[in-house]
Amino acid sequence: MPRKKPREVTQAFEAALERARTTTYVLRLYVAGTTPQSVQAIANVKQICEEHLHGRYELEVIDLYQKPQLAAGEQIIAAPTLIKKLPLPLRRMIGNMSDTERLLVGLDLHVKS
Amino acid sequence: MASAQAQLPKSPTGILGLDAITGGGLPKGRPTLICGSAGCGKTLLAMEFLVRGATQFDEPGVFMAFEETTEELTQNVASLGFDLNDLAKHKKIVLDFVYIERSEVEETGAYDLEGLFIRLGHAIDSIHAKRVVLDTIESLFAGLPNPLILRAELRRLFRWLKAKGVTAIITGERGDETLTRQGLEEYVSDCVIVLDHRTTEQTSTRRLRVVKYRGSVHGTNEYPFLIDESGISLLPITSLGLQHTTTNERISSGIPRLDAMLGGMGFYRGSSVLISGTAGTGKTSFAAHVVDATCRRGERVLYFTFEESANQITRNMRSIGIDLHPWVQHDLLHFEATRPSFTGLEMHLTLMHKAINRFKPQVVVVDPLNSFVVADNVSEVKAMLMRLVDFLKLQQITGLFTSLTAGGDTIEQTDVAISSLIDTWLLLRSIELGGERNRGLYVLKSRGMAHSNQIREFLLTDHGVELRDVYVGPSGVLTGSARLAQEAQEQSALVLRQQEADRKRLELQRKRTQLEAQISAMRTAFAEQEADLLQDIAQEQMRETLLLREREDMAQSRKADAPANQHTGDPA
Repeated sequence: MPRKKPREVTQAFEAALERARTTTYVLRLYVAGTTPQSVQAIANVKQICEEHLHGRYELEVIDLYQKPQLAAGEQIIAAPTLIKKLPLPLRRMIGNMSDTERLLVGLDLHVKS
Repeated sequence: MASAQAQLPKSPTGILGLDAITGGGLPKGRPTLICGSAGCGKTLLAMEFLVRGATQFDEPGVFMAFEETTEELTQNVASLGFDLNDLAKHKKIVLDFVYIERSEVEETGAYDLEGLFIRLGHAIDSIHAKRVVLDTIESLFAGLPNPLILRAELRRLFRWLKAKGVTAIITGERGDETLTRQGLEEYVSDCVIVLDHRTTEQTSTRRLRVVKYRGSVHGTNEYPFLIDESGISLLPITSLGLQHTTTNERISSGIPRLDAMLGGMGFYRGSSVLISGTAGTGKTSFAAHVVDATCRRGERVLYFTFEESANQITRNMRSIGIDLHPWVQHDLLHFEATRPSFTGLEMHLTLMHKAINRFKPQVVVVDPLNSFVVADNVSEVKAMLMRLVDFLKLQQITGLFTSLTAGGDTIEQTDVAISSLIDTWLLLRSIELGGERNRGLYVLKSRGMAHSNQIREFLLTDHGVELRDVYVGPSGVLTGSARLAQEAQEQSALVLRQQEADRKRLELQRKRTQLEAQISAMRTAFAEQEADLLQDIAQEQMRETLLLREREDMAQSRKADAPANQHTGDPA
C-alpha cells in the first residue's frame, strides 16, 4: 500500500471529525425505578447531551421495571446503564453518570487523557 | 425417620448418589455454592440439577450463564441427552447468557446490579421457576469495575434469591487459598460443595465433597463421581449402614462335591465368595462352574474380567467342558473386560456399579481382584472392595471374587487383605509331593454353615473340576500319582484280603465235610454194635425161656409136686 501523503491524512481526519460533529447519537438509558441513582443519571445524561450534542441526539429513558424483558435482550446487568447505539462502536456506561469525564470518553466526545 | 422430617426441606437433585449423601438434596429455597477448578464438572452438575428438576420434579429452572452462550450450553449438554431447546420451548427452563465485555463498559459513577435482579426476576417469574443456576457469577468481577460495589451487590443478590424462595446453585472457580477466587463462600453459607479433579498414578478421578451443609447431616467424605452419557453419577465411599437383609437360600457352586463340602448345599445367596490361590490353580475354572450353574438356573451373571478377554475365557473354559458361549447368546452372561489401568479405582467401581445396575445380575464375578493393586494402593483397593461387597450385599447379589496369591507369601492372606469381608473363602493351592505339583482345595472359612475341614484334591478334567476322594498318607494328603499309588496299593490289599477270606471259607467247608464224614462213620459203627447187642439180648432171653421150660418139663416128669403146692416150693 502506498503511503498516504500527510495532507491527505489530515483531510481524512478532519472529515471524520466533521462527521462526528454532525452524526446523530442514539442513546438508551436504562434505569431501575426512580431511585436517587436513576434520577441523578437521567439528569446527568440530559445535561451532557444538551451541552455537547445539542440537537443531534435521541435519548430514550427506559424503566426496567416496566419492561423487564428488555434487560436480557439488551444484556443489561447494572443499573443505570447508558447504551450508545450509534454512532458505532457500541458502548455501555454504567453508574449514575456523575463522572462527566468518563461519560464523555464513553460517548467518544472526549479523548482519554 | 422422624429426624429427617424435622430437618430443613430439601430439593432433590436427581443425581445418583448426591441425594444420598446430602440426605435428600440441596437446601430448598437457599443458595448452594459449588466450587472447583476448571474442568471438574461444575456447570454440568448445575445443569443436571436444573434439568432433572424440570423433568423429574416439576420444578422449572433458570440457568444464567456468564461464560458460555446458550448455544454452546445446549450443544455441550446435548451429549448427555438433555434437550434444552425442547425444555425451553415447554417453558421448563430459561437459558440466559449474560454477556459482559469489559472494554465496552465505562463506569461513570455509583451503580448497582438491579438490572441483573430484574432480568433474573423476570426469567423466574416467566416460568415460575423454583431453581436457579448462576454459572459462574464471578465473571462479573472480570467484566465490571469496582469490586466493592459488586461484593455488596452479590450479598444482596443471595439474600434476594432466598427471599424469592428459589433453590439456587452458584458456581465458583477455585481460588489459591480460598474455595473460590472471590470468596463467594462468605456469602453463600448454607451449603458448599467442592468438586475436585485429581490425578494419581496417571489416572484421574473427579471427586465431590460437601464441605458444609447448614442445618443438615451430610456425608463429609470425598466421593468420586463419574460423568458419562447419562450425566453425573456419584457413589458414597462408605455405605451408610450395615443392614443387609440376608437369605437362607443356597445356590450351587456347580460342583456337587464342593456343595457337599459347603454344608451340603453350596453358597448362601447374596454372600461374598473368595477363591484365592497361587497361579494356575484353577480359580477361573471354579468361577466358570459357578457361572455355568447360575445360568442353568436361568439367572444372570455379570463377569468382570481384568486380565483375560471374554473370548479367551470362553475358549479356555471350553477346554474343561464348560461352554459359556450359549449363555452369552441368551443374554444371561455378560462379560465386562477392562484393563485395571483403564481408569482409576473409583471409576472402576462406578463403572461396575453402573454395569450392575444396568444388567441386574444375580451373580457378579470379579476376576481377579488383585489386579487393581498397583504399587502401594492396598488400602484404597480394600476400601473399594468393601464398597463393592456392600453394594452387592445390599442388592442380594452373590459376589464371586478370585484373588491371586503370590507363591512365597502366606497363603491364607490375600494381597488386598479383604478376608474379613468375605463370607466363604475357598483356598486353592498346589500341593507338591513326590516330585509333582497337584491341585488341592479347602474351605478356609464359610460363615453360617458346617463346612468340611478336609483338604481335597481336585482335577481339571475335560468335563470340569472334579474333586477326588481323600487319601491321607503319613505326610499329609496324598495327591497325584502318590494318590494313584495309594489307590493301587489299597486295591491289591483288598484283593489279597478277599483271597484270604475265600481260602478260609474253603477250609471251613472242608472241615465241615470231614467232620460230617466222621460223624456218619461213627453212626455206622454204633448201629452195628447196637444190632449185635440187641441180638445178644434176644438170645439171652430165649435161653432163659428155654431153661425155664426145661425145668418145668423136668418137674412134670418127676411128678414131684401137685400143681396145688406148686407155690410152696420144693425143699430139694
